Amino acid sequence: MRKLSIKRPSLRALTLPGLAFLLAMFFGALLIAFSDSKVLKNIGHPIAFIKAAGVAVWQSYLALFQGSIYNPNLATPHDSLLSWGPISETLVTAAPLMLAGLSVALAFRAGLFNIGAQGQFIFGSIAASYVGFHFHLPIGLHIIVAVVAAILAGSIWGGLVGLLKARTGAHEVIVTIMLNYVALYFLMYLLSTTPFLRPGRRDPISPDVLQSARMPLLLGSNYRINLGIFVALAAAVFVWWLLSRSTWGFRFRAVGANSAAAKTAGISVPFVMTAVMAISGALAGLGGAVHVLGSDFSLTSGTAGNFGFDAITVALLGRAKPMGVVFASILFGALRAGGGTMQANTDTPIDIVLVIQALVVLFIAAPSVVKWVFRLKNLKTTGELAAKGWNG
Amino acid sequence: MKALSAADLRRRRSLIVLATLSILSTIVFGLLQKSGQDVTYGFVFDKEWVLISQWVIGSKTASLLFGVISVAASALSYFQFKAGKTSKIASAVGSAGILMSFISWAAAGKFIPITGLLQGALLLSVPLIFGSMAGVLSERSGVVNIAIEGQLLAGAFVSGVVASLTHSTFLGLIVAPLAGCLISTLLAVFAINFAIDQIILGFVLNVLVYGITDFLYKKLLIPYQGTWNSGPTLASIKIPLLWKIPVVGPILFDQTIIVYLMYAVVFFVNYSLFKTKWGLRTRAVGEHPTAADSVGIKVNRLRFMNVMIAGSVAGLGGAYFTVGGVGSFSKEMTAGKGFIALAALIFGRWTPWGAVSAALLFGFAGNLQSVLGIIGTPIPSEFMLMVPYLATVIAVTGFVGRVRAPAADGTPYKRGESH
Repeated sequence: MRKLSIKRPSLRALTLPGLAFLLAMFFGALLIAFSDSKVLKNIGHPIAFIKAAGVAVWQSYLALFQGSIYNPNLATPHDSLLSWGPISETLVTAAPLMLAGLSVALAFRAGLFNIGAQGQFIFGSIAASYVGFHFHLPIGLHIIVAVVAAILAGSIWGGLVGLLKARTGAHEVIVTIMLNYVALYFLMYLLSTTPFLRPGRRDPISPDVLQSARMPLLLGSNYRINLGIFVALAAAVFVWWLLSRSTWGFRFRAVGANSAAAKTAGISVPFVMTAVMAISGALAGLGGAVHVLGSDFSLTSGTAGNFGFDAITVALLGRAKPMGVVFASILFGALRAGGGTMQANTDTPIDIVLVIQALVVLFIAAPSVVKWVFRLKNLKTTGELAAKGWNG
Repeated sequence: MKALSAADLRRRRSLIVLATLSILSTIVFGLLQKSGQDVTYGFVFDKEWVLISQWVIGSKTASLLFGVISVAASALSYFQFKAGKTSKIASAVGSAGILMSFISWAAAGKFIPITGLLQGALLLSVPLIFGSMAGVLSERSGVVNIAIEGQLLAGAFVSGVVASLTHSTFLGLIVAPLAGCLISTLLAVFAINFAIDQIILGFVLNVLVYGITDFLYKKLLIPYQGTWNSGPTLASIKIPLLWKIPVVGPILFDQTIIVYLMYAVVFFVNYSLFKTKWGLRTRAVGEHPTAADSVGIKVNRLRFMNVMIAGSVAGLGGAYFTVGGVGSFSKEMTAGKGFIALAALIFGRWTPWGAVSAALLFGFAGNLQSVLGIIGTPIPSEFMLMVPYLATVIAVTGFVGRVRAPAADGTPYKRGESH
């Protein structure tokens, strides 16, 4: 293989994630091919085998593309733009993912590993949906109140972790793993209580969020794309400003880089930990609000889906930078949206997306593997996610 | 009066917590309870639930009785502590009294099958114990193992599929540790050779195993269920004589081979960790790798080996879900058990017996929840399900004593870099 030479520094930042993604897609293709019954039938005939494998992989990845970006079959004689409709689905999925990813990324930059985005997301969606279906408020105000409630709920659930870490030294990873389950069971409990039961239903599903509290649609009723994506982008700008342009952000990063030095420099480490986790929780809670008010509209035990955990892969792929998180969340949003179409149209289950996500992050974390596969000797990589243990 | 050491202060604090809880439970469950309903405790002899005896008592009386026992026991343990003696037995009696007082209150007017309750608790604990032993093996040598969940799931999947394809529980049992070992080898390679953050790595490995098993489950196990996913299950083996001991016998000695292997694993881990050269070296490498290296211990090789053994143990535990249980694999069937095992490891302060006790406690809480859920009680089941997680949060926040991980846990070792 020819050596790749990269000159522009901005491109260089994309080299590793790009190659990691290619490599992950390659392993995904292997998994698709070797689990396909038509492919396995031809295992004795090399040519037919490769052909069948090619067909299986091509069909799956084509469906993935059609479900996330462009599908000519969706166009109608009146509206050819509908074939771009999948992009709307991609962005609808990407918005909550972006917010949850920003939550994890912000905590990373301050040296904290927030596995608790899932729980904070759950609390955000509880608060947003409760305000959304229980109160009757004027259009505009209703959304704002619901969103603020979600932000508060998320920041309390997240801030609690920071406070416990600051006060007692309890490791945030352990606490957040445990609190995710507590949040989930709390949600399941709420869904069995009267205020959260949908009239006429006995299964755990809440009433629908009222029209006045839903995120406005951006492109009419043909597309689900809504204000949520702009909320998420605004949050990305806010996190960028916070980290790169504000005094607070400087303190956050100082604690993340070396908490002992930060302490010596007069920064209150306990305060920073609590504040970071509270803001981090607020972002994840906002993600819950965008999801419930923008596309799901009701609360179930599966409301949070996998957002909080995907958020970790998003933050890692985005190298804990706001810009990176934006792109990573759109990429994973596309995989999720396309995965649904792929599962419906081909034999390939959506779960291949999890495999691709995990591999991408694994290769990003271990750049040596990527460098070895693509023979890139002079690709510079930084170890910003340095190893720390339970006592760190 | 002499000043108390930190450890003694911690013990005193936990004894005060115990005493407060026992007094509270006597008041809340005993004195404040409406009288007039009976609780029935049943003792069965075998798995066919033949009742050999039952004990009917007024639930208020029972709650009061157990409450008073727990108050007396915690008072006794406090006096033992003051006298400088060990108070483990008294504290255990005190805790059990609180629990029984609660059960008598929650099951007023109902029937509680004690044997079934304990048996179910043990069965729920089995994967937790395997998982937490995997945690002990890996983390005592200094490698954080968040991937217990993935190792359990891989073991469950592979053993289920292999047993189904070959119609052999034996082969299913053989491949389970290999599957767990494969995942932990990935953990070892990336954590030890590439020095990647072990928490991130463990997380990613879990996602990877979830992804692969979910994918193959939908693609192969559902459509071709007959060949791929209808494996045989292990029969339970009665240990001669021992299984005839009333109540305890059928619980402990009428189980599948996996449960007996679990006893062996727990015994060997505990024995080797504290009584063998390997154990001493493992602990040294986990606490102070530089010092261990300076006396000639190959730090990274030992860690690599321990992580691989850990994965095998967890993988074997995974077999419990399929060949040791229902036979067929279902999507994400470990359902977060690996994380409860991690919680048990931490709650048990990274010691084998501590982890086993915590796993049994969590298993008991889980089974009590399902028993109470069936008979119907005042406590919403979701709150009972939260118990292991909340207990762990409370444990790590140092409310009942500081929980400390092995000092070098999670720190990659590179010769020449001091930590």
